[in-house]
Amino acid sequence: MIDGFLALYIFMLAAFTGYEIIARVPVILHTPLMSGSNFVHGIVLVGAMVALGRAQTPFGIAVGFLGVLLGAGNAAGGYVVTARMLQMFKASRPAGGGGEGR
Amino acid sequence: MAWLPTLVKACYFLAALLFILGLKRMSSPRTARGGIAWAGAGMLLATLATFALPGLQHRGPMLAALALGTAVAWWSGRRVAMTAMPQMVALYNGLGGGAAAAIGAVELAGFAGATVTLLDGSAFTASGVEAPGTVPLALAVLGALIGAVSFAGSLVAFAKLQGWLDRRLVFPGQRAANLLVLLAALALGAVLIGGQLALPSITAFFALALAFGLLMTLPIGGADMPVVISLYNACTGLAVALEGFVLQNEAMIIAGTVVGAAGSLLTQLMAKAMNRSLANVLFGGFAAAAGGGRAIAGSQKPIEAADAAAMMAYAERVAIVPGYGMAVAQAQHKVWELARLLRERGVKVRFAIHPVAGRMPGHMNVLLAEAGVPYDLIADMDDINPEFPVTDVALVIGANDVVNPLAKTDPASPIYGMPILDVAAAKQVIVIKRGRGTGFAGIENALFYADNARLLYGDGQAAAAELVAALKSLDG
Repeated sequence: MIDGFLALYIFMLAAFTGYEIIARVPVILHTPLMSGSNFVHGIVLVGAMVALGRAQTPFGIAVGFLGVLLGAGNAAGGYVVTARMLQMFKASRPAGGGGEGR
Repeated sequence: MAWLPTLVKACYFLAALLFILGLKRMSSPRTARGGIAWAGAGMLLATLATFALPGLQHRGPMLAALALGTAVAWWSGRRVAMTAMPQMVALYNGLGGGAAAAIGAVELAGFAGATVTLLDGSAFTASGVEAPGTVPLALAVLGALIGAVSFAGSLVAFAKLQGWLDRRLVFPGQRAANLLVLLAALALGAVLIGGQLALPSITAFFALALAFGLLMTLPIGGADMPVVISLYNACTGLAVALEGFVLQNEAMIIAGTVVGAAGSLLTQLMAKAMNRSLANVLFGGFAAAAGGGRAIAGSQKPIEAADAAAMMAYAERVAIVPGYGMAVAQAQHKVWELARLLRERGVKVRFAIHPVAGRMPGHMNVLLAEAGVPYDLIADMDDINPEFPVTDVALVIGANDVVNPLAKTDPASPIYGMPILDVAAAKQVIVIKRGRGTGFAGIENALFYADNARLLYGDGQAAAAELVAALKSLDG
């Protein structure tokens, strides 16, 4: 059971973690990273599954179903586009000249 | 089976860890590709673990929704073009916001209706014997509000970038109307938090929240959409975290909060790179006609492809400045071929990338990477700007506002103060341009009239192909 101040602490620490992860990111990765973080909040799928699994009314079941559908779309779509973008960031070839990409 | 919930919790913990490690890896070019795999493993683990939760009903519909949502999103994500990535991110983000809102709706309706059993076994009943506390209700309402706004707003952003909605919807009294809708949604939310949970008021609350998301996003112009998408990404993260508190789901709390914080920072970075305050993006909008375009002295001086090619072939340093227009014209492969030919002749070629080139920060890097440009040839604005005075030729292709000197010289310009690439400082500038019109933001560009600038008119792809052909024919 998480409550009161413990919840606030989790919130604070997680917020700092997110801030720190982004703070030192090179601009070239901003788009993939935004897409990646978009994928990560696809975890909402798990919550939607729980909500649907506990729904008691037809309204709850219908909306819960919709929630799982949308959540699965967020997670799967987010994963595919992020992976596709990141696949292009291959280490630069020796022909590149600079050689800093290694 | 008492250990089962503990096992599920352990899986959630691992998933949260994998998300953070994955995001961390994604923040460096060398480890980025592995990062998404880590995060993906976390998602798979959390999803599978959830099936093991005792007491969940409706597993059939759950599996069906899961399969359907995954299949459609996977299919659409695979076939979309790289140039369309920003709107796909907006779309998937909107889905997440919608899911968060749906959780809020189910929970609120659940509090209103039948008995609800929480993970820890405590039960709420309809008659209010053990009514939900104010805090969970408030979190559910707030998360649902933010999620619904993010859902509606992201879909508008998607439609705009996709070109389905190419006009800004502006009407008199819009701000007041938006505020009114928001206040109405908040008031209804307060009623819900107060414990007056009836299905009609819940439905009305969501309708108002969705309407606010639509109304708020419709007047925002396409050029500002990246900032808006990033903002909604952060909002969805926050909504997920809030609903996570309601469901007592640690993985949702941590992942949602991390994304909320990271997304907020990313939004600020983007707004800063575009020289727009967030408030300005959300409530301002560019002055409709951009001041009517003051007259700029001088004229646009055209150049032929053969001359332009020769100019670059005999240069020592060439900087290529690509913009979104290049990507739209699918010219990046031709441009890279051009750069390779120049490099074979011993010309030092670099690609100069403005932080907001493309539709999102880093989007241009993705597009160039797709064409095979190694990233040590790609220079950020801060690296390349001091080099322009010693650059012989700057080739601008599809970029406009980010190379407009008016941002530095004309306080009346809407883009005044925006950091730009100092292309005008190069000895010669060649601008590949479709015609004589103004750019995405509708602002005249003083660069096109500069004494050292020559304009090569034509479609980006065709012009780049002409340059390549001309360069090849130089050697006979």
